Amino acid sequence: MDYSRLIEKALKGDRLATGRLLSIVERDPRGASMVLESLPEREGYHVIGVTGIAGSGKSTLLSRLLTHYADKGYRCAVVAIDPSSAYSRGALLGDRIRMQMHATNPNIFIRSVSTRGLKGGLSFAGVAMIDVFGRLGYDKVFIESIGVGQADVDIMRIADTIVVVTVPGLGDDIQALKAGVMEIGDIYVINKVDKDREGANKTMEYLLFAIEAGELGHRGWRPRIVKTSAVLDEGIDELIDAIEEHYRFILGTGRYGSGRERRREILVRLLAEKMLIDALESIEIETGKDLYEGALELLRRVTARYVDTTGGGEA
Amino acid sequence: MTITETERIKVLVAKLGLDGHDRGAKVVARALRDAGFEVIYTGIRQTPEQVVEAAIQEDVDVIGVSILSGAHMTLMKRLMELLREYGADDIPVFLGGTIPVPDIEPIKRMGVREVFLPGTSLREIVEMIRQAGLERRKRRGW
Repeated sequence: MDYSRLIEKALKGDRLATGRLLSIVERDPRGASMVLESLPEREGYHVIGVTGIAGSGKSTLLSRLLTHYADKGYRCAVVAIDPSSAYSRGALLGDRIRMQMHATNPNIFIRSVSTRGLKGGLSFAGVAMIDVFGRLGYDKVFIESIGVGQADVDIMRIADTIVVVTVPGLGDDIQALKAGVMEIGDIYVINKVDKDREGANKTMEYLLFAIEAGELGHRGWRPRIVKTSAVLDEGIDELIDAIEEHYRFILGTGRYGSGRERRREILVRLLAEKMLIDALESIEIETGKDLYEGALELLRRVTARYVDTTGGGEA
Repeated sequence: MTITETERIKVLVAKLGLDGHDRGAKVVARALRDAGFEVIYTGIRQTPEQVVEAAIQEDVDVIGVSILSGAHMTLMKRLMELLREYGADDIPVFLGGTIPVPDIEPIKRMGVREVFLPGTSLREIVEMIRQAGLERRKRRGW
């Protein structure tokens, strides 16, 4: 298929073409590589990961960030990652609900991605789309995901700047969370401060303590803590200041490219994983065998083919 | 790709207009998810512009609209016009809700594929949306 027309239109900002280009990326890793390769390289786009515990108000906060960034003239894209159902492999993607107010803003483009049953929550499409958006001319590319455990750590590692959203009243509990997403933040947001100002201070103290103790922050960056109320639109400018400060920090320390490197690396790993799962799933459909038996069947076929092609008829 | 991959049809479920009665839309959304679809739910009180924008940004295969306000004639007309304007009128549109029977034919003439009235079985809805989604994918060469 000839993608050049779609690419040409998408580069001019055509949203229909952009949406369809993203489907090519989503549908097939080979299509994704082709689209990425056809787009001109571009420097400087900033990938911002937004994660945090369930109910911390991530989507609402992200929605506010979009408003403020778009008002400043930045072109913003969102890759919203939602889990697929483990049972039906279907997915109900609801992150858009809190961002639908931006649907008609020409400087904002939002795309939902389901994890498509992949363990670890990272889909090939989700990772590839980030750089597609970047190359299409978006300045701030946000990736939003559910804040659970190691899966989320993996997702967030592909961002340049990681924003971890938490809520007031978390104290000792942070200790328990630290092993997961809580320890990877470049910026910690205590959201919903309007609900509990005292609790927000408590969370602040614990975070500060963890930073002082050297438990949070890495490679020369001291994490920032920002108190916000996304609902009341409070503290968003301070959050943007912190995000931009981190952006200047990674540019200044020559670390900007490392996020992109990680994405490239992850794409290769996911491609291998996806090819394997696709092969197993087609065997599952074809033969009705479960994944374990399917894996054995796949191995058998691979071996058989190996024997076929190398055994010179002896097999 | 595998069959499961190509069959993972994307559906936008949208509440168009000012009524906040989203139970029906949510029930349909869940049924579609359980049938293996990828469902994007927009939430309530959407304008036709918002629905069309969401549909093209997500590049969905099917749009399912729920209206219980009585404003379906105006809203659906605008929605279908916008889809044509955007060049996205290859996306099949379904409407569900409290639609008076005499309005069904005029709505279909606007280009709406089917109108689901209260009492329609989920199975029927899922099947028709699956068919429409697969047809569209076929037309796109997927």
